[in-house]
Parts: sequence; structure tokens; C-alpha cells
Amino acid sequence: MDKLFFDTNAPMADLDRVDGRAKVTGAAKYAAEYDLPGMTYGVLAGSNITKGTITAIDTKGAEKAPGVIAVITHLNAPKIPGYDEGTNPAKGQTGGKGLRIFNDNIIRFNGQPIALVIADTFERATYAASLIKAQYNKEAPHTDLVDAMKTDKPLEGQRYNEVVRGEKDAWKGAPVKIESTYIMPIHVHNPMELHATTVRWDGDDKVTVWEKTQGVKSTQQSVMQAFKLEEKNVQVNAQYVGGGFGAALRTWPHAIAALMGAKKTGKPLKLVLTRPQMFTLVGYRPEAIQKIAIGANTDGRLMGMMHEAAAITSTYEAFNEGLVKMTLQLYACANVTTKYNIYQLDVSTPTWMRGPGEATGSFPLECGLDELSYALKMDPIELRLRNYAETDPENGKPYSSKFLKEAYELGKDKIDWKRRNPEPKSMKDGEWQVGYGMSTGLFGAFRGQANLAAKLYADGTLLLQSAVSDSGPGTATAMVQIASDAMGIPANKIRFELGDSSLPPGPTQGGSSTTSTLGAAVSNACVTLKKKLAEAAKKSPVFGGDVAVESLDFSKGELSLKGDDSKRLSYGDVIKGAALSSIDVIENAVPNPAMQKYSAYSYSVHFVRVKVHPLTGVVRIDKIVTAADAGKIVSYKTAESQMIGGVVGGLGGALMEEGVIDHRYGRWVNNNLADYHVPVHADVPHIEAYFVNKPDPVLNPVGSKGMGEIALIGFAAAVANAIYHATGKRIRQLPITPDKILEANSI
Amino acid sequence: MTNEHEDDVLRAAHSRRSFLKRTTAAAAITLAPAALVKAAEDKLDEKGAEYFEKLPLQIEVNGKPYSLQVEPRVTLLDLLREQLHLTGSKKGCDYGQCGACTVHVDGQRVLSCLSLAVMQDGKKITTIEGLQNGDDLHPMQEAFIEHDGFQCGYCTPGQIMSAVACIREGHAKNDADIREYMSGNICRCGAYPNIVDAIKDVVKKGGVK
Repeated sequence: MDKLFFDTNAPMADLDRVDGRAKVTGAAKYAAEYDLPGMTYGVLAGSNITKGTITAIDTKGAEKAPGVIAVITHLNAPKIPGYDEGTNPAKGQTGGKGLRIFNDNIIRFNGQPIALVIADTFERATYAASLIKAQYNKEAPHTDLVDAMKTDKPLEGQRYNEVVRGEKDAWKGAPVKIESTYIMPIHVHNPMELHATTVRWDGDDKVTVWEKTQGVKSTQQSVMQAFKLEEKNVQVNAQYVGGGFGAALRTWPHAIAALMGAKKTGKPLKLVLTRPQMFTLVGYRPEAIQKIAIGANTDGRLMGMMHEAAAITSTYEAFNEGLVKMTLQLYACANVTTKYNIYQLDVSTPTWMRGPGEATGSFPLECGLDELSYALKMDPIELRLRNYAETDPENGKPYSSKFLKEAYELGKDKIDWKRRNPEPKSMKDGEWQVGYGMSTGLFGAFRGQANLAAKLYADGTLLLQSAVSDSGPGTATAMVQIASDAMGIPANKIRFELGDSSLPPGPTQGGSSTTSTLGAAVSNACVTLKKKLAEAAKKSPVFGGDVAVESLDFSKGELSLKGDDSKRLSYGDVIKGAALSSIDVIENAVPNPAMQKYSAYSYSVHFVRVKVHPLTGVVRIDKIVTAADAGKIVSYKTAESQMIGGVVGGLGGALMEEGVIDHRYGRWVNNNLADYHVPVHADVPHIEAYFVNKPDPVLNPVGSKGMGEIALIGFAAAVANAIYHATGKRIRQLPITPDKILEANSI
Repeated sequence: MTNEHEDDVLRAAHSRRSFLKRTTAAAAITLAPAALVKAAEDKLDEKGAEYFEKLPLQIEVNGKPYSLQVEPRVTLLDLLREQLHLTGSKKGCDYGQCGACTVHVDGQRVLSCLSLAVMQDGKKITTIEGLQNGDDLHPMQEAFIEHDGFQCGYCTPGQIMSAVACIREGHAKNDADIREYMSGNICRCGAYPNIVDAIKDVVKKGGVK
């Protein structure tokens, strides 16, 4: 543990994003923005049935269209060696096999690619793709979860077994109890950058891929597996990634199609999904119907909880996530029963989306707690404090750190909670009804393994390298900040290189773990660099051989002797004096084994004040305060932005986002950004984000915990709870649109 | 895209080529170059079509004049990104729903994905690459960095081009005004509050030229 990071809790100086200039000038290049000589364009044609088989496919029109170089369908697709031996080429999720594009004639979901058209321009490829003509043997589609819950059996297996902690059904005997069903529709990530793959083969066994990915090394692995290539022959580049939110965590079938197409034609190829294809080909957050029941003593102590969730997956993969876990983890409750069911429908496979599992599960749990607080006539924060877990209810382990109480206090103070009249439907502002609501979010604080190269040069600059990508949080900025503080080198003399699979292997950016995982590698590398600097300083007459690392200070790019700072030497002079061109470190940082004794979570507490118009049902979010225990805040400015961004995503889920499938045809209705509503400027008020900012002393040497997921988790519940407080109407189905408010009965 | 409507589409495609043959052989003979007529007769109609279907276009992009031949169906966005390799303007939806492709045409903000390139003949286009003055960033670019008005950066060029125009239009009087007139630019990372702060800061410091 480096003492440096624990000397102060004060936020460090705000560092502007190190890639800011590239992003505001248009110089930042994303996956579809590399111009290769002889570039060709690939466009996917999709099935317009939902289920069945292709009986005939006519590609003649497309093949004859101007500029067309090749058309690939299941009839002529080159064999992908990884398909044949059962290895999942696109990194299967938690069961089943990924869609093997153009491998057979079976249609599994509406919009499934049936052909790839390759032409010399984007326009010609797009036009030719419209000429693909298929005949199908059509079967009735089955895409409705409500129907499936009546007629189908959910998947069975260890992941879906009922979990009973303590006594089952204990909630039923409680003097105060609530029981409700909550519904959440499909949410779609919709990062602003369309998924894109640019491919160039150099011979049969060597390829370079520019890919929109949150995992540079995981994409490389997927390509290696699918095409049976050696690691050194697969180069993956992802210097800039235009948002992911989980949708770029896996290598999707369109990327395999692009690789296939470029291989067949021998020309470089660029394939960019259309916005409608972004709704079916790169995952989404599955629709879920969840029952929650909570029973408490009259003093508010939880006696028992039950959480049963039903969610959707595809027929070819069993995607699952920790939907009911938060109910087992958040509160001290001895008797909890959970059951997680997934139903296989004729849809494409869902995937992790920001706050995977908990974002869905927190909606019934945190609304349920709110319902219970009114039943008890108890302040909802007080109810949570009475059931505050001092150890992990799952396994009894102590927390490596937990500052949730501090987060409650911080948020409560900033939203001015004391102004809230506890009585629902009691507060007004002119003709608007006013309500306050709150909720808690939780997500495991994880740390993985990361490799990093650090090179300190004779000119005093520091280069850090790791094969990670940054879909937006500001990874390079945070890493530069950590190194700057550890080494005493100004941020503008440090460069962090990422997005290149030939660099030392870094983690995939997911599960709120990048700063924890990679930050540890940077921190450790700086410790090693200091030791090597001290070693190199032996050759300098300045210190007279007294160069134990403990007796030296490292700041402002200089080594100095503690207690006698007249003895000082710049890092550059140390390196030159030792006749070196640089000091190099390769760091492999692995999780702290001491963590086996602890549990670690990050927490958020969301507070909202809403105004609801009683005649129109319009909801205006008036004020948002979010307070987080995310460990030590490494880069304050980017951290604040990340929290705000998660809240905006949560606001979308609460009030507007809803993926709609017409179950008669199994076809998407609103697969574009005009019909699938995401928050725009006019929907988003000023948002206040606060951090407890206390380091976790065990998880990693930086003291940080994760942040990306908790920023969103629980937010929808806070909004629903505020709307209840304003109107007396409990809306249990997202999104909370005006029609639902107008139709609901008041208490 | 496939199935029932396909016959119509195929028929349309077929008749397009027949039309070209007919026009080159007869009515348009005075307009079409002789070589083109010969090409059509030699069944090189696709090559002919390629030539025939392009229109001349003179535009100025970021102060640089271009003399081009483009297909009428090419959007301004695709012309910028794929042919002029100015990839600062982004494609986020291709339907005019997200604002990532916003550029200035004769000083007005325009969605370049909804604008055909050939309709810009004689016009001056400014993209994000043309906003700065040499090495000096435009005040809006500076403000976006200072206020952290972005995360992934993909909507950023469109937000900045829109923000500059928003002030010029007189639509940045207060927070509500800014939010309303910036609502055509979606940011999925959720940087909206910081973008509003950046715009207010530029207004406070004297606006934009």
C-alpha cells in the first residue's frame, strides 16, 4: 500500500481529459474512420421474418448491381474453422452458442443477417443489399414474455435454482408487509457510435482489425479462436471507442462477417451497422417482470424478503445476470428467498448493459422498501439505516470498506430532505405536485489482472502502455493522474497509450473495474520505478551512496534526500548518469489475496425532487442529487461526469426508454432514435454528484472502487418513489409515461 | 428489405438500366457523350451508368475549394467522411435523429446526413476540423474541455458545431433556452449538464464570432 494515497481525502486537482483535444477537434479516430487503400464497404441484409428457415435466396440482382464485389450468404460463406469444432467464435455468454453468422439457413430473430453485400462504395453496397431476395418457410414467432410465463417452462440449472437464506416465506408472517409486481421493458444501449469493424488481411493467416470494443484483448482472442490464428498475427486496434455501456463487451456476429468478407475478397473492408441494426445485433437489457415481497416488524426490522424475477433471452443463448442478487446483498435480513427465471424467445441475445442485473433488480427492491416505509409510516432513509448491513449478509465477511451511511447523510443534506413532508400528495408548487424520492444502488467492487509497461525517459517523460480501450469514462486520464501523483511528474509529461492489442495485456472495460484493476498496475509500476531510480542514483555523487528508496523523496520530477533537500537530482539526470536511455518496468498486477477475507461493494444513493402535473401527467425532474461511496476518487472531474452520465441513463430508463416488439410478428417497432426515446438536453436538469471519497484500504493500492454501474443502479426507483410521494400513485411499470400516471388510481 | 416488396425493387432496378439505355440511345442523344452511347451499345452500360450518374459539385470545405463528381444519392456526411476523409463529422443514426453529423453550411447548422452533397453546390461548409484557428482552439472547444462536456467524444463534434450556431442564433439566453435549442444533439454518455455549462461559459466570455 502506498502511503501517498492515504495522506489526504481532499480531491486532487482537476485534470482535464488527456484525450480532450483530440475529441473536440475531430482528430480522434473511431473504428470506421481509417482510410485504407482499396477500401470496400460491407452492408448486411436482414431477415424480415422472425422464425423459420430460408428456402431460397436470390442474390443475382445484388451481384449484378454496379460496384458489387461479392455477396455472401449461408450458401457460399467461407467456413470459419472455429465454428466447426464447437468453440464459440463470438465468445458465448453464460450458456449456449453465439449466432454463427451465415452458417445455416435457420432464422432465429427478426433482422438476423442473411447476406453480406460488399461493394466499392457505401451507397452501392447499401443499394445492392436492398436487392437481396429471400423466400422463407415461416413459423409463428414467440417473443412475448407475458405469454411465455403462462405457457413455457423457464430454463433449469444451477443458476436458476431457488436460493433460500434462513426461513422461506418468513415475510408472510410479518406484521407489516408489501407484495408487488414490477415490470421493466427492454432497454437498448445505443451508444452514439454505430458498431463498426474495419478489417485488413495480410495473407491468409494475418489480420488487422479496427473494432469498436471495450476489450482489446478479448476481441483479439475471439478473432484468434474463430479463424484459428496465432496471437501475433491478430492485431486489434481501438484507440477511440464511441460509447459502449456493455454493447461492445463481446465480439458480435457482424464483426465475424466483416472478417469473412474481407478474407473472401482479399480487400480491406469496412462494415458499419445501421442504427436499426443496433437494436438487434449488439444486445440489449432484457425485459423483466419481477415480484417483490418484504415483511417487517413494526420497528422497521426486516423479517423476510422474496424476490422472483422473469427475464428474456434468445433461443440460442442463455444470457443471465445477477437480477435478484442485490436483494440478497444490500440489507441485513436473515430470511431471503430469490428465484431467477429466464425464458427463451425468438429474439436476439441480450447482453450486459450498464448496471447489469442490479439496474433491473434494484427497481422492485428499492421501490419495495419505499412501499414498506409508507406502510410503516417511517422515513425511507431511516428504514434503510435500521437494516444497515455491517457485514455481508451473503457470507458474513467484513467489508473492505463501506461508507454507505456517509453517502446517505451527504445526499440527504444536499437535497434538503428535511423539507420533505412525509405525507404523500402533500406538497405543491403552483399547480404542480411536488415529491421527494430516494433509493440505494449497489454493485460489487471488483479487481482483475492487468499488465502494464512503464518507461521513464531521460527527458523526464513517462510512457505507460496497456492493451485496454476506453469507451468514455476517461481511463487514460485517471491513469495519468495516478502516475502523476505517485511519481511527482506533471500530467503533461505523462502519456498513456491504449487501444492496441500488441501492448501488454490489459483488462476488458466492464463491471466498473478498470480503475481498480489498471490503476493498481500503474501504482505498482510507479513503486518499482522509484526503486529502480534509487538504484540508478547509486552512480551519482550527489547522494553519496545513500539511496535507500525510503530515504528519498520523489516530487516535481526530482529525487531528493529526505532531511537534506539540497541533495537533489532530476529523474532525467539520474537516468543519464547511469548511462541509460530509459528505466523500463513491466508490471503484472493481480488481485490482492487479502481480499479473500473481505467483501467489497460500491454504493450510490440517489435523491430526486420531481414535479408532476396532475392534469397532464407530465413529470419534470426538478433536482437530482447523487452521492456515492466509490472509494478514493482518482480523477475528480471525470468521476463527476461519469456519475452524472449514469444518472442521465437512469433517467432515460425511468421516464422514456422502452424497446417495443410487435409480438404478432416478432418485429421491432421503434428501432431508431426518434421512436426509442433517450434523454436529450431538454430532459436533463442540473445534476449534483458527490463522493464520500474515502479510500478502500484493501482492494487495490489506489483505494478506488468502481463507479460506472452504481451511477445508474437504483435511479429508476428513486424517480418512481418521488412520483409516488408527489401524487400518491405507485407506478410499477417503466417507463413512467404520463398515460400511466393519469390512469393509475391514487391512494 | 427482402421478400414481398422485392419484386418491385428488382423491377425498379431493371427499369433504371433500361431507362439509361433508352435515354442514351434516343432522347438524350444530344446530351450524352458519344462514348457513352457506344458504351451502352457495347453492353458496358454499368460503366456508362457510373459516369452518367455522377454530377459535378463545387464546394468549399473549411476554406478549401473542391471540384468533385458525386452520385446524387451521396449525403454530405458520407462525402465528408468517405471521400474527403474528414471524419470529424460523425454518423450516429443516418436519419437526422441524433445530431452527431451537424456541420455549418454557409454559417447555419445543418444535419449533414439528411443533406445530399449535390445540393450544396457553391456553398461553404465548415466542419469540426475547420473550427479552430491554426493551433488555437475555438472558445467552444476550449470550454468543452474545461467543463468536461463529453466522455466518449463521439457526439462531441456535432454538439460543438450546434453550440456555436446556438449562440449565433441568439438561442443561448438562459439554461432552458440552451437545453431546448441543443435538444437535437443526443449524448448517450449523459454529458448534458456539462455541455450547458460550457455554452454558458462561452456566452459569458463574449460569445462566438
